[in-house]
Amino acid sequence: MKKKVLLDKKAVDRTITRITHEILEKNEGSEALSLIGIRTRGVYLANRIQEKIRNVEGTSLPFGVLDITLYRDDISKLKWPEVKKTEIPFDVNNMTVILVDDVLHTGRTIRAAIDAIIDLGRPKKIQLAVLVDRGDRELPIHPDYAGIVCPVNENEEVLVRMSEIDGKEEVVIVKT
Amino acid sequence: MNWKRKDLLDIRDLSKEEMLFILDTAESFKDISKREIKKVPTLRGKTVITLFYEPSTRTRTSFEIAAKRLSADTINISANTSSATKGESLKDTARNLESMRPDAIVIRHSMPGAPHMLARILDSSIINGGDGSHEHPTQALLDLFTIREKKGRTDGLKIVMVGDIAHSRVARSNIFSLKNFGNEVICCGPPTMIPPHIETLGVHVEYDLEKAVRNADVIMMLRIQKERGGTKYIPSTKEYSTLYGLTKKHVDRAADDVIVMHPGPMNRGIEIMDEVADGPSSVILDQVENGVAVRMAILYLLIGGEP
Amino acid sequence: MKTLIRGGHLIDPKTSRDGIYDILIEDSVIREVSDAIRKTDGKTQVVDASGCIVAPGLIDVHCHLREPGFEYKETILTGTSAAVRGGFTTIVCMANTDPVNDSRSVTEFIIDKARTEGKCKVLPCGAITRGLKGEELAEIGEMFSAGIIAISDDGRSVRNAGLMRKALEYAKTFKIPVISHCEDTMLSGGYVHEGTASLLNGLEGIPAIAEELMVQRDIAIARYVDAPIHITHISTGGSVDIIQTARKTFRKVACDTCPHYFSLTDEATLTFDTNTKVNPPLRSGKDVEAIKEGLRKGVIDIIATDHAPHEYTSKDVEFDLATFGISGFETAFALSLNLVREGVLDMAELLKKMTANPAKLLGVDSGTIAEGAPADIIIFDPDREWTVDRNLFLSKGKNTPFHGAALRGRNLFTMVDGKIMFNELK
Repeated sequence: MKKKVLLDKKAVDRTITRITHEILEKNEGSEALSLIGIRTRGVYLANRIQEKIRNVEGTSLPFGVLDITLYRDDISKLKWPEVKKTEIPFDVNNMTVILVDDVLHTGRTIRAAIDAIIDLGRPKKIQLAVLVDRGDRELPIHPDYAGIVCPVNENEEVLVRMSEIDGKEEVVIVKT
Repeated sequence: MNWKRKDLLDIRDLSKEEMLFILDTAESFKDISKREIKKVPTLRGKTVITLFYEPSTRTRTSFEIAAKRLSADTINISANTSSATKGESLKDTARNLESMRPDAIVIRHSMPGAPHMLARILDSSIINGGDGSHEHPTQALLDLFTIREKKGRTDGLKIVMVGDIAHSRVARSNIFSLKNFGNEVICCGPPTMIPPHIETLGVHVEYDLEKAVRNADVIMMLRIQKERGGTKYIPSTKEYSTLYGLTKKHVDRAADDVIVMHPGPMNRGIEIMDEVADGPSSVILDQVENGVAVRMAILYLLIGGEP
Repeated sequence: MKTLIRGGHLIDPKTSRDGIYDILIEDSVIREVSDAIRKTDGKTQVVDASGCIVAPGLIDVHCHLREPGFEYKETILTGTSAAVRGGFTTIVCMANTDPVNDSRSVTEFIIDKARTEGKCKVLPCGAITRGLKGEELAEIGEMFSAGIIAISDDGRSVRNAGLMRKALEYAKTFKIPVISHCEDTMLSGGYVHEGTASLLNGLEGIPAIAEELMVQRDIAIARYVDAPIHITHISTGGSVDIIQTARKTFRKVACDTCPHYFSLTDEATLTFDTNTKVNPPLRSGKDVEAIKEGLRKGVIDIIATDHAPHEYTSKDVEFDLATFGISGFETAFALSLNLVREGVLDMAELLKKMTANPAKLLGVDSGTIAEGAPADIIIFDPDREWTVDRNLFLSKGKNTPFHGAALRGRNLFTMVDGKIMFNELK
């Protein structure tokens, strides 16, 4: 399997740092901000952002984990996807929620995530942060913060590897 | 875990892995019932029929709420309102219902094997909501869920079941699941309510309730099944109550952190005294709450994905 | 009209013949049995039985033909067609028709119908009590003069012990066997054997003692009035023991069992297949072994079918609601041949329990291949493998728990009174 490295470990870190700063800049600080990571790798990305904001602002943002399985629009076509827990231990009402995922593609995951969050309350704003925007959207969804924008061919796949679960850290394109 | 079942007919058929998978899935669903918007769109467009040939409030309501929280449409049919009284056979009723293309049918019936018969002839997923004296698999799963929640484990426990073991589908299903996990199960009740050969299931029999409950981690009370002729087996409910009614004195003999369970509906003052039913050891209302989560998990696993 | 059955391996338990013989039949009677019959005139029909076993036609002391009254379950025509295919040339049909065979007119109807439409000999069994109600004796003498061969209230016991006593006494006049279905309904009332399987499937049980208590009672009554008694379709080890013990001091006790009681255990009911619902119920593995042992030791004299055909819809319901019974004619012999392969019985012993012994019980002259005997003959291949397909049954009753089972041994040819009624020989 051929692969092309888009970001190596250092570049991943630099990109997350940049996204963090953009978030703080756009929201003029960290007040009323919260982070929700979409399982699985969005959670680790959101973790990193939380860490970086703590370093910069000295505050620890409310943090949540979202499993979108129950909100998917293709559930009946899947072979019993395992449901994992959604853990959002704070009140989303009137919060600015930064929704974090690794790769933005069709936009369907984000649609499901937005629905899931809205079932929990009425946030003031929901913003979207992704490490990679690979294009080819099927829904009118656009990221507020994108690490890199990288259109790929149909027969290619973008993989984000995070050291927490993949043992190494990089963003690669592989031919499928 | 690769879930492959179309139907949920009996506990005896399920592996430990399958049971734990259902319990784990149920954990994810439990939170939904605590939210303000107690609904997810997962089973939108799916239809669940509850077909009840026996009266039931708890199980039926629990299934209905579970289905609705997953956005499925539910239709309830009970024997006294359906054509059952006009002499239509179960098979014909089921075939007629299937023509309306439900995704799942929850059936409760007074005769063992009725759900199995439907499973053989219908494409819909069949869920056994209790078949005569045979099984009540969703009850056993919610009991296991409650035990795990309260005790932190599903094995190595001393569990005492008290009542009409012979005619109780709840007892049967629970014996199958709890023995599968390697628990010590003691059946206690008048000898007329203990079926012959019960020891082949790996359980112990103790006729004396005071002895049976000693050091018990879990006490499961069973309902005196008046509708199943349960009173044929004892001289009177008064005498039964004297011998097998669970009192605080019994609970005090059990382990300090004993939990007392009852599948409901309770005959207060007969098999269980108020002081126990409403006491600190009682987890009876937790069972009801967990029932919804477990049934959501079962509906999700049976009709959520591609068959 | 002459027929010569040539080259087959004849096994006739009654005459103890066991070897290659030729058999010459003239009209309805066996004329000659010898090593080699060479001379035949051109008009003699020759049947080549080489490679097969030739035996007397099987005699079934217990079946249900359902006519009159339940023609949607079986008729005399379909029932006897199934019987001859299964190797039976004489069958005894029970009285639980509608109307019940408790009077001369019903007996005559069955005999007339069987004479015109039947494929084999049909011997009606009359009721012991009027309407099988267990209240008063039926007109046994009237039925006897019309042609009944035995009496039985099969399907239930005569609950009133005093009435059973009178029946046993009264039947002595006619020297016909009293066939007793043993079941204490105060103890039964369930649907499957009470044992480990009923513990698992939650179906209401029928304990072994429901049968055994009644076996005890009926033998005690028979002994008291010194009358012969035949206990039908025994299914438990306890019944075998009781009969074995009783026989030591009272010879007039005989009994039969059916192929399902030595072929299947109560485990078969775990799938809720209503075709496994039969009365008495399929018993435990221990009972099955004891039944085989009873056959081996000779406590059980006879293998009967209890062929109980039912229409599809009566089995296509909840287990509790399904009718009891197994359609047995077309599988009984193959299942019984398993006993030979398992070493329980040798071939001659098995055939004896299906020919000579039932003939003796009924007092008929068939059940043997000997000069002068009626030409009731079967030719079968004990090793022919086949798969049970209930849809191919000639019986209207497709209710068999053996559908799809691979069996060995198959009847290929049936002659009744010199007429070929079934022929699958190539």
